[in-house]
Amino acid sequence: MMHVDRYEQIWIRLSVFVLIAFILAVLTASVSAGIQVPGVVQRVDPNTVTEPGSPWAEPGLRELAPGKYEAYILAQIWVFTPDEIRVPAGSEVTFYVTSKDVQHGFKILDTNINMMVIPGQVSKLTARFDEPGTYTMVCHEYCGVGHHTMYGRIVVEPTQAAAE
Amino acid sequence: MAVQSMAQTPDEAVRDVHAAEARFALENTLTRWLIGIAMVALSIGILLGIFQGFEHAGLDLYRFIRPAIKDYYQGLSLHGVLNALVWTTFFIVGFFTLAITRSLDRPLSHPWLNVVGFVLMVTGLVLTAYPLWWNLATVLYTFYPPMQADWTFYVGLTLIVVGSWFAGYGFFATLIRWRKENPGKRTPFIALTANITMAMWQLATLGVAAEMLTQLIPWSLGLIEGVDPLLARTYFWFTGHPLVYFWLLPAYISWYAMVPKQAGGKLFSENLGRLVFWLFLLLSTPVGFHHQYTDPGIPTGWKFLHAILTYGVAFPSFITAFTVCASLELGGRARGGKGWFGWIRRLPWNDPSYTAQNLAMILFAFGGISGITNASYNVNLAIHNTTWVPGHFHLTVGAAVTLTFFGIAYWMVPKLSGRQLFGRRTALVQAWTWFFGMLLFANAFHLLGLRFGVPRRTMLGAAPYRDPAWTPFLMESLVGVILLTISATLFFYVILMTVLAGKKLTKPVEMPVAQALDQDKIPAWLDSWKPWVWGAIFLIILAYGPILYQFISEMQPTSPGFRVW
Repeated sequence: MMHVDRYEQIWIRLSVFVLIAFILAVLTASVSAGIQVPGVVQRVDPNTVTEPGSPWAEPGLRELAPGKYEAYILAQIWVFTPDEIRVPAGSEVTFYVTSKDVQHGFKILDTNINMMVIPGQVSKLTARFDEPGTYTMVCHEYCGVGHHTMYGRIVVEPTQAAAE
Repeated sequence: MAVQSMAQTPDEAVRDVHAAEARFALENTLTRWLIGIAMVALSIGILLGIFQGFEHAGLDLYRFIRPAIKDYYQGLSLHGVLNALVWTTFFIVGFFTLAITRSLDRPLSHPWLNVVGFVLMVTGLVLTAYPLWWNLATVLYTFYPPMQADWTFYVGLTLIVVGSWFAGYGFFATLIRWRKENPGKRTPFIALTANITMAMWQLATLGVAAEMLTQLIPWSLGLIEGVDPLLARTYFWFTGHPLVYFWLLPAYISWYAMVPKQAGGKLFSENLGRLVFWLFLLLSTPVGFHHQYTDPGIPTGWKFLHAILTYGVAFPSFITAFTVCASLELGGRARGGKGWFGWIRRLPWNDPSYTAQNLAMILFAFGGISGITNASYNVNLAIHNTTWVPGHFHLTVGAAVTLTFFGIAYWMVPKLSGRQLFGRRTALVQAWTWFFGMLLFANAFHLLGLRFGVPRRTMLGAAPYRDPAWTPFLMESLVGVILLTISATLFFYVILMTVLAGKKLTKPVEMPVAQALDQDKIPAWLDSWKPWVWGAIFLIILAYGPILYQFISEMQPTSPGFRVW
């Protein structure tokens, strides 16, 4: 073995400790707190993804149960369809996003929703909207000259109980 | 090289130095051309950065340069390709051509390999520049398909990479020849680590080579109808992350082995330094999914495996922080510095080459921290593709690497031109303005991304969702951009004036080479290529093999090309 200075040894041990602590922290956040990154959902053909029978033929919001929704969103240059979604506060929404042309991005500000949208793939994440207000969803991947105009809104409306 | 001054210096030693320089005539010519082209590319790249800074702040200046540059995105494509790919690659190959041959004290063994490499790189640059200039490749420097550039763009970039491979072959051949000529001797630190960097680059670029050869080039030529965008992204990021180490390791070589000499110190622990570079060879490549945490279609388990390996590749940088600081402390104390922090003031802050590189190290500390944030699996959701990311890499490649290369240029250009650096004070102002400019720019971009989720590489001045709350930060970034512009102008002024009007040197500048403090015998495993190269290949197969096999066997080449600009 080789000689390593005493202070440098301490530093090296500390570095290893810090890195292991980081790994455990993100593991805890993903397992216990359930903060997940996107994974495998399904593959689609971008050329036929808007044809009848595909859920993106008529993209939009569908209610699964009270307070539980799924939102099918189609990304294409340079719009999201739909570009506005309204849900009551306290709703849990699962987003299924795909692209029929180039790569896009999908981020909803002030949430943990942040996904790439890749033709041929379906991006899926779930978020809970407790605070009423307007959330902006933006395309964050360069998709051509109109990229900066590609955005939409999620309007979270106060529930009646909250209004009273 | 300054031969005419020999009459005034009868000193035999000086005569020997001149004779030594003459042996490296071809190497010096190659290096001059490579860093010259790098600097021209950088000057154009930086110029376009100014337009971006003003655009973000709400002032569209592109109308003044139409039709040369049509809009923000064309300028941004040039900015990324010229700065991140051309400036870096050309400078690194040029720097290594000089550093390896001086470190081994022998010329290149097969110089034709390096000449071929140079010709390929220049041909590639011309082919890449043509579609960028004519707005046929406004695809940014990540060129994600199915956005489709002109075929010349892909072929050009490929040739630049292949040219850098040939340069690498030339370096490997020279090292092998040196080892035969010097049996039993340990390879000098600079030659070893520069060759490790080039070996890592050979492995790392297999990804982008596969992307270009099996997908983008045949597709852009109309030979195949479609590509699989996720597979292409995966190939891209196979190369994309080690690419940042290809930029960074040459700076590390200077920090480990050259800057301590300039500071009057010694390399604190050379053996650990060698270990650090071997670890980079081992761990740089099998980490690419940390750029794809938010991608659909990649199993989360694979992403997590790459997250763990990414923390692994942070480890050698942690060691570097200690070793480099300790090496500089030796210098500060040798120069009479006392106390816990007193030695810092005694460092050679009047030397622009030193100062630029020390400031680069400080900025890299911040860049490293935001890099660990990016790499931290689900934490990445908070900042992925926001301005945080360009904030981060302007601290790393834009500051740590580029400012270090400026510092290297401050001794290398005098060495290559035989002229004294013109305007030492100007060069010092240059280093400090780059430091503060980058600090302001990066601070603003990190905050905009983290607090407001502002998307990166977006024409923010025209975005309908632009929020007035962003304005103070965009103004801060603009102040940074203006400082950087001043700094870049000073850099090109100093370099041009040195070459054109610098005082002729009576003896050549020598490459700074730090002695090691630890003179113990080197363990055999730290001077042995095989275990590390095989280890690197093994880890790449482990981290990419099964998943790439699956992606390729289930490939859906369904995406036709789109021209969306």
